[in-house]
Amino acid sequence: MKYRSQAVARPYFIAAIGLFLAQIVFGVILGIQYVVGDFLFPEIPFNVARMVHTNTLIVWILMGFMGAAYYLIPEETERELYSPLLAHVMFWVFLAAAALTVAGYLIVPYARLAELTGNDILPTMGREFLEQPTITKVGIVIVALAFLFNIGMTVLKGRKTAVSLVMLIGLLGLALLFLFSFYNPTNLVLDKYYWWWVVHLWVEGVWELILGSMLAFVLIKTTGVDREVVEKWLYVIIAMALITGLVGTGHHYFWIGAPEYWQWWGSIFSALEPLPFFMMTVFAFNMVNQRRRNHPNRAAVLWALGTSVLAFIGAGVWGFLHTLAPVNFYTHGSQITAAHGHMAFFGAYVLINITMISYAMPLLNGREANSMRSQVLEMWSFWLMSVSMVFITLFLTGAGILQVFLQRFTDTPLPFMVVQEKIALFYWLRLISGLVFLGGLVVYITSFFVAARDARQGIAPVAKDAELAPVNP
Amino acid sequence: MAQVFTKSMARNIFYGGSVFFVLLFLALTLDTSLTLPERDQRHQLDPSTEVGQRIAEGKRLWEHNNCIGCHTLLGEGAYFAPELGNVYTRFGNNKEAIKAFIQSRPAYGIPGRRSMPRFNFSDAELDAIAEFLKYSSEINTAGWPPNKQG
Repeated sequence: MKYRSQAVARPYFIAAIGLFLAQIVFGVILGIQYVVGDFLFPEIPFNVARMVHTNTLIVWILMGFMGAAYYLIPEETERELYSPLLAHVMFWVFLAAAALTVAGYLIVPYARLAELTGNDILPTMGREFLEQPTITKVGIVIVALAFLFNIGMTVLKGRKTAVSLVMLIGLLGLALLFLFSFYNPTNLVLDKYYWWWVVHLWVEGVWELILGSMLAFVLIKTTGVDREVVEKWLYVIIAMALITGLVGTGHHYFWIGAPEYWQWWGSIFSALEPLPFFMMTVFAFNMVNQRRRNHPNRAAVLWALGTSVLAFIGAGVWGFLHTLAPVNFYTHGSQITAAHGHMAFFGAYVLINITMISYAMPLLNGREANSMRSQVLEMWSFWLMSVSMVFITLFLTGAGILQVFLQRFTDTPLPFMVVQEKIALFYWLRLISGLVFLGGLVVYITSFFVAARDARQGIAPVAKDAELAPVNP
Repeated sequence: MAQVFTKSMARNIFYGGSVFFVLLFLALTLDTSLTLPERDQRHQLDPSTEVGQRIAEGKRLWEHNNCIGCHTLLGEGAYFAPELGNVYTRFGNNKEAIKAFIQSRPAYGIPGRRSMPRFNFSDAELDAIAEFLKYSSEINTAGWPPNKQG
């Protein structure tokens, strides 16, 4: 840690991991409800557990982004953060808003929550991923504005690098696009059309800028490759992300009432969306191969490489699988969608946040890297979570293919619930994979405690024979 | 050799490409907005009519009870329960059948199986929800879903 104010990132990272754990616990509950339909019913119905699962995901990823910005912006701009106090205050505001919202989901029926929070004054609730009460959304906007002000002032006064500018553009886009969550007309087509301006333009648009800049930052630090090279890659990758992803929004406009020409625009541009992710994979492996140093934090490098591979498979390959309109006609809103969603979110946004946390947390704790024992645990957790997520995706894909065939493709289509029972085996297998994933997360969390204990006992980060000399002079 | 393609060229591709495709996307959105009145059944939504009021109230109830947390609507939402964008046609173009289904859900579920919660809607509220689902089924969705099973 080079600047004292980088320390504000720490609580953001800790809260992110705490919310990640909550997200996965509720994911397991959902997995059980898929096969034991009345599990926790009517106390925690499926829709409530799902809100908690998706909303904690969104919040912890945003927490991770903010923590990442507070960590990397001072280092990139070579100055202290504009206002560490504001960052601290906003952390507690954000955490309190998230905790109150989740408590609201779990304690009172959703309709009552809508009533209590005055949803009729400005109705924004009850739409997928945007279930938060309007007042929470206002809170998110306030936190985002304060955060952007803080980061923006720091960038303005400091050194301007591509990494910090790209991150700033991404965060600015994130905040601006979120404003569309306040637009909720009765006209269902318009509602859905602009709902995607938050959802798609986040995850397949501006979030990719944030992802790219975080990956670039960690690679610069851990490989020692010349910044000029890394930043050139960064620009090309995010250029491709926006060139394909903006009009690629059209793959959501096939069947919601928008004109048919979106089937062409959406298919063609979103078929190109894997390109930036593929370039990210090539980029990450190239940088590591051309490294000028062996960073003692090997776990962070593993997470970075894992991000680039699994983001490509999850977002790129599994996205392409069902993005062409004639295919999507059958797969739209099926378990195929769920399969893609899981691997894409994990590969791209979960892993990049863990990459950043893995790199920055030891430094925030005053050491360049954790003990080898702790890093080995991290690597175990990487493989446990990644492999189990691959299996979750494969089982959901199996379920999805059968569902699409039985319910939509055959000459004698079966009703939804009949099909669900026929494909239950895949849901059981998915649940088992989900439990392994939870195990992997527990191993990940354990690694922090092992690292702290080893640091107290003065155990060195890497074994003595580890090579730290430049590999490619 | 490395300088054939420089960082500033990459940066220009990013800025130029982004601006161009933002504008293209906005142009397509403008054209879509002009086309939508023929497709989205907006004439039904006139708030001065009884039907329009019922649809608005139905959508409000749809949102206030987080129906999207289990169901899909035009293929979007959760995949735990059946598609409802075409439930009106699946139930034989019958609003009463929709109302009867919602009303008959057991309060404590069905042992071992998925069940919709009991919501205790008034008759007027049930009317509104059914009207909203009827309206949803009449949106021009380019022929989706492939069949009535949704």
